This record gives sequence, C-alpha cells and structure tokens, in this order.
Amino acid sequence: MTEVERHSYDVLVIGAGGAGLRAAIEAREQGLRTAVICKSLFGKAHTVMAEGGCAAAMGNVNAGDNWQVHFRDTMRGGKFLNNWRMAELHAKEAPDRVWELETYGALFDRTGDGRISQRNFGGHEYPRLAHVGDRTGLELIRTMQQKIVSLQQEDYRDLGDYDARLKVFSECTVTQLLNDDAGAISGAFAYWRESGRFVQFDAPAVVLATGGIGKSFSVTSNSWEYTGDGHALAMRAGAKLINMEFVQFHPTGMVWPPSVKGILVTEGVRGDGGVLKNANGERFMFNYIPDVFKGYYADNPEEADRWYSDPNNNRRTPDLLPRDEVARAINTEVKEGRGSPHGGVYLDIASRLSDEEIERRLPSMHHQFKELADVDITSEAMEVGPTCHYVMGGVEVDPDTGAADGVPGLFAAGECAGGMHGSNRLGGNSLSDLLVFGRRAGSGAAGYVSSLTERPTANQAQVDEAARAAVEPFGAGETYENPYTLQSDLQRLMNELVGIIRTEGEMSEALTKLRDLAERARHVGIEGNRQYNPGWHLALDLRNMLLVSECVARAALRRTESRGGHTRDDFPKMDAEWRHTLLECTLDGESVTVTPGEQVPMRADLLELFELTELEKYYTEPELVEHPARTGAQREEGAP
Amino acid sequence: MTYKGHFRIWRGDEEGGSLEDFEVEVNEGEVVLDIIHRLQATQAPDLAVRWNCKAGKCGSCSAEVNGRPRLLCMTRMSIFSADEIITVTPMRAFSVIKDLVPDVSYNYTKAREVTSFTPPEGLGPGEYRMQQEDVERSQEFRKCIECFLCQDTCHVVRDHEENKSAFAGPRFLMRAAELEMHPLDAADRRDDAQDEHGLGMCNITKCCTEVCPEGIKITDNALIPMKERVAGRRYDPVVWLGNKLFKRGS
Repeated sequence: MTEVERHSYDVLVIGAGGAGLRAAIEAREQGLRTAVICKSLFGKAHTVMAEGGCAAAMGNVNAGDNWQVHFRDTMRGGKFLNNWRMAELHAKEAPDRVWELETYGALFDRTGDGRISQRNFGGHEYPRLAHVGDRTGLELIRTMQQKIVSLQQEDYRDLGDYDARLKVFSECTVTQLLNDDAGAISGAFAYWRESGRFVQFDAPAVVLATGGIGKSFSVTSNSWEYTGDGHALAMRAGAKLINMEFVQFHPTGMVWPPSVKGILVTEGVRGDGGVLKNANGERFMFNYIPDVFKGYYADNPEEADRWYSDPNNNRRTPDLLPRDEVARAINTEVKEGRGSPHGGVYLDIASRLSDEEIERRLPSMHHQFKELADVDITSEAMEVGPTCHYVMGGVEVDPDTGAADGVPGLFAAGECAGGMHGSNRLGGNSLSDLLVFGRRAGSGAAGYVSSLTERPTANQAQVDEAARAAVEPFGAGETYENPYTLQSDLQRLMNELVGIIRTEGEMSEALTKLRDLAERARHVGIEGNRQYNPGWHLALDLRNMLLVSECVARAALRRTESRGGHTRDDFPKMDAEWRHTLLECTLDGESVTVTPGEQVPMRADLLELFELTELEKYYTEPELVEHPARTGAQREEGAP
Repeated sequence: MTYKGHFRIWRGDEEGGSLEDFEVEVNEGEVVLDIIHRLQATQAPDLAVRWNCKAGKCGSCSAEVNGRPRLLCMTRMSIFSADEIITVTPMRAFSVIKDLVPDVSYNYTKAREVTSFTPPEGLGPGEYRMQQEDVERSQEFRKCIECFLCQDTCHVVRDHEENKSAFAGPRFLMRAAELEMHPLDAADRRDDAQDEHGLGMCNITKCCTEVCPEGIKITDNALIPMKERVAGRRYDPVVWLGNKLFKRGS
C-alpha cells in the first residue's frame, strides 16, 4: 500500500486557466468545497497569452450586433460542424460573463460613452471583442485569480482560514483520475512538482480544464503545459473525444529568429487595420476568398479599406477571413515562392496606423518584436507564418452542464472540451468559451455532487497502480531513452506529417512512427531524484502527448474531406455527408478506436436564422427539406 | 553565428549548492532560456527552471543573469559577447527550492492581504461606465505579469528577511494603488497601505521600476502617488478632526 498525502473535496478542478478558475468560482459560490490543481504557479496558465479579446455580442460599438449574429458567425467559422447548442449558449451568455468580470474588478478598454470597447476580428461580422490592448488574456486570468483571492478573504473572515472552502494546489500534476467500481469519478492521483511526493484527492466530481495539445507540434504558440493532459485523463477514465482531427493553425506566428518561431502575433493586428502582403507587395488575400464566403468579403483593396471607417456600406477585408482560410492562403503563397526571406509572409501595420496608435493599441506586439526580433513594427512589416494554436477537438460533453458522456462525475470545459467550435474556432471565441462553459461546468459539477446520496469511494489498487506507473521512469535500465529527445522527435513528426496540409500516405507513415515512439517511450529514463525534476515531469507528460497525437492522426486519416482545421491534399473539397458526422475517439485497452457518430440535427428555430442559399453550401438535400423556405411555412413569432 | 557559450549556473537546493560550469552551443537569435533548455536536453536533464510561455507574458522564468534580475525568455544572447561567462542564479530575495526555482510563496501570502476590489453599491453587471482616460492609470499596473522581479530587487527585503512580515513589496503596494485609482472601487486603501503593507518603508530608489520587464513606472506612477494620498489623508486637519470625533473601528 502506498503512503500518500490525502485531501477530500466536493469538486476538483484540474487546470487554473480561464475555464478552470471560472468553474472553481462557480462551484465555490454554490457552496461546495473546491480545489484547483494546476501544473504551474497560480496565475501563469496559458490563458495569459490570449491577446486579441473576448467575443461577446454586447453591441457597444455596433448596435446591430446580437446573439443571433454571433451564433451565425460561430457556426460559419466552424463550417457548421459545431455543436449548435453550445454555440447558442455561448452566443447568448457571453455578454453576461464579460459584464460579470467588471464586478470582479476587470478594466477593459472603453468606448467614448464609457462602455466596454469592442474590436474587429476574423469571422466576426461586427466589432465584438472586449479587450485590453493586446493583453486581454492576462486581464481575464488576473481578474479571476483576484476574484478567487476575494472569496478566500471572505472565508478567512468567516472561518479563520483562507483555504477553508477554496484552495489552489499549484505546481501539482494529476497523472490519473480515480473511479469506483461502477466507473463513477472518485478523485484524482497527483504528484507535487516541488517534492515529487504523491497526493490523493478524494472527490465525487472532477472538472477538466487543462487546455490543449499544441506542445506535440514543433511550431506552436502553446506553452509547455499544453500536453493534452485532460484529453488523455478523460479517455483513460472512459470518456470520448470528438473532433480531434481539427487542429487550428493560427495564420500569424513569428517566423524569425528560429528560437521564437511560433510565438503568436495577435489577429488584433489585422482587426486594427494590418494587412497581409507577399514578397511582391501584393495583398494576396483577395485571391483566396472561398466560395462559401463569396459575397461577405470585399473583393478589392479599395472597398476593404473603406470598410474600416464605413462598415455598414462596405464589405470587410479578406485579411479577416476565419483563421483556417488565412493560414492555408499563407501556406500556398510561401509554397509557390512568394514568401518572405524566412519562409513567411509580411504583416504590415506600419503603413496603416500612426506610430502612436500602434504603440497604444498593440503594445505587447511592439514590445515582443522589438525585444525578440529587433523589428520595430511602427516602421517595418512583421514576418509571419502559421503556428499550431488550438485544438477544436476534446471531451464530448453535455452542452448545458459540461458533463462528460459516459463517466459520472466527470466534467470538462474550455479547450479540452470538444464541439463548441466545430471544425474551426473564431478568434475571440476562446476567452468567451471558457467563461461561459467554465461557469456551466462548475455549476454542473455542483449540481451532480448535491444530487448524490452516497459518495463514490477510492479503489486502493488503482491508487497503488498510479503510484507505480508514476515512478516507472526511475527504474529504466542501463540504456534508456532521453525524454527531451523523444519529445522533439514527436513534435517534428506531428508538424511534418499531421500538420496544416495532410495526405493519406503521410498520416499512415505518422501512425507507424507514433507506434515506434510509443515503444521507445516505454524505455524512457531519467537522472536525479524526484525533487523538482523536469526530465521526470516530461517523461510523464509524454504519455499524454503520445496518446492525443495518435487520436489526431487516426481521426485525420479517417475524415476524407477538407473542412476548417483539417485540410486533406488528397480530398480538397468539403463534403456535405461529412458535415453531420463526428469522429469519436475512445480507448480500448491501449489502442485508440475511431468511430463515426451522427451529429444531432440543429433545432429548427436556429436553422431558420440562416438563408437557405447559405445552408445549401454545407448541407445535404435531405437535411433541408424541412426548412421553411422549402415548405413555404411561416413560423409563428416566439415559437420554439 | 553558432558558438560555444560559457555558462555558470547555480545548482543545489535548500541544503546548499554551488555554481556549475557548462559549455553549450549558442545559435543566432536565442535567449538565455533557450540555452537552459539545451542544457536540460543534452547535459543536465534534471536542471530545474520555471517557465511557461517563453514570450514574456507569464512571468515564470525570473532569475538573475550576471546578478541582474531578468526574465530568462526575454534576455537575448546577443547582449553578451561570445567569450563572456554568463552566470545564472535564482532570485536572491527568496529561498531556493532547487537550482533556478525559488520559493515565491511570500508573494502569494502578500496578495491575500490586500483588500480585494470592492464593487460600488447600486451598480449591476453591465452598468459600469468609465472613461478610457480614467481606467488607463490602473491599466498600467494591471500589465503586471507577476514575475516578482521587483520584489526580488527591492532592497527593503532583498537582504532583509526580517522586513518581509511588515512589507508587501512593490508589486502589492502597486496593487493597492491600482485599486485606489480604480474609478469605481468603493474601498479606501490608504490606511492599509501605510499600516499593513509597509508603504512607509519604501524610500523610492526606483530599483523596482528599473527591473520591470513590462516597463511599468512602479515608483513614479504607483508608489509616489500612493504616498501622496496617504500624506494628504494623514495631515488633512479635517480628516484628523473627523477621525477624532468619529473614532474608526470603535
């Protein structure tokens, strides 16, 4: 029997980014004893890197905006593969979630009449992103971190202990979820990064809020934490992952110098007037407006430029097409020989805004390029290219409660949950996603715990096995694999073979190589002891990275069409038959199984928000026979 | 442009430690954190360092490079000459956990002692109205990435462990100033700043401002104005009389 430190809570939240913090606030406010467990220090989660803003149809800048417009934009951005119920809840609730942050102390940039200002972003019809310069994610994290402190101060006043009802366990990594004999969640097993000692958490509900998987790619905007922990933990507990083939490559990452390749350049640069140019100085995006978006975007630079000052009478610039379109366009320009010296294209804000405006609106970008690349963006164009940024796929959840399908007590929110963004996420919809669904998952977990008559109990054998597995890398023989080498081999493999443009041959090769890597990973070894040992931490994270990478490759091989964040060179067209199909990844023993499942058809009143002519571009004929434009029916006002 | 760089890195734990010498490849455009990562991958797999974003946004990789508090991810190798020995040590104001990783819990303790944002009575969500010029003062302080380099360099605590209990440090004095300057915050933080957070111990040497990677003018824009507000309150005869007549807390 393993001796471990043990804690008991009502709700465990794994991850302290935006979704995790919002979930924890909700669970605690509903009266539950809540723990937040995070791999880094409190306040350092990847959400701090979000730059551009948080999408919410408040209509502060353009009164034409409302939840229906936001809903439509989100579905279009995701090429109609989105879970429409999530997209609906998201569009409806995002404004309340943003306003709520002001009551926690957030200070967004303002409009002339003192309300929250909103900026333009790719795929959003109206200026919609609440922002603070280009450091919006930091504002969200800090605001919620400080809200948690204020709740702890309340507990200190009432109970004499800051941690009485809400405690943050920082630099603590969960390696396995625990469940009872019936499969219901009973807690989690973790280790302290600082000491290497084990911790057992007993809790009937777990909210996964662990973010994404981008660290499995060599060119990425993601931090070291993005190793797909929540995805992998959920799968091993019996949950399903959906949409794993959809990986977003943000069109504008830094490309030079090599050591900063992949670091994000906010879409806000384009939202505020920046334009993409190739080596010949051409604004090439006008050549890449896809059929489904024809008519919505300006087809010449003159109209595009007029749109910034007169958006009601001009169409928006194609520089602000959804991210998947822009990333593919840049990829093509570079491949066809019109790229910049370091293999990107140019992003020009210098000739579009005054120096002062650039420094006021984009201070982080100005600072980042000056410090890391010796480029002054007020006088020179930036060199940019695609970088792995976000995974649309994740744990399949109930839209209203965040409950994971098939595992009682398991919830997920934010990037590690799937469905909301369909095949491609719009910029700005991530920060709003984590507020809306973080809160819902916290509330869903609280409701679940309150409904229990009996708490699931931990299974000692499972705890012992988790402890054994965690120290395995210390027992490697004389010759062993270096975890850092394995990680870099994995990143190169995923970037080259399962990257932005995919083919059957390359993905089959990737799967073979992933098997080899998994075999090598069994012999991973480390030096030193358990005290703050990054080699050991990486060795354990690698297991998750390998599992989610396999899900991405298998699902991508299976989907024989191109849609959003999944582009097949051998199947370049979008196929309406695939629109209503979701690929579900499950774990069977040690092997990943991919099964096609049916998407739930969209509720009629939501479907009617779209013109039939637009739907025909995405849907099969039989799916549209009920549309009122076909049947000639008029819906009554207010009918469901 | 590739050369062998000479690094001297502190390794050890709370029991003690020493500087260890390394020779390691350095390439064009790299930052100190790249070199630390290369050391982990090739020579010292258990070398402990905190980092997250590697883009100067999270404030995790704080350490001292040649004695100066810096973010490792924003310190470019090009500021050093190729034959220079580069010494990397953990932040000195905090006790060490292992190698370059210090125990920064002091900061989290102090964060809890500053009274949180206190919402104004009678304003619901969505009803907040503030002018851009009024939020900009506090926004400057909210750029803080909590790297704690200001806390590390501040001479009040850098070599004076005994001052820590009475002194919140520049980061959290600035937090008090940020809330004091928030257009809608309903609390008065001036007494707390002076009596609980040790504002009076700061003698405005501006060391904190010098090391701030975000370029926040901590001393000029937060600490000095806060001192002025405290002074205004303390020596205002009306306030003095008011306090006499209506004793606070009684």
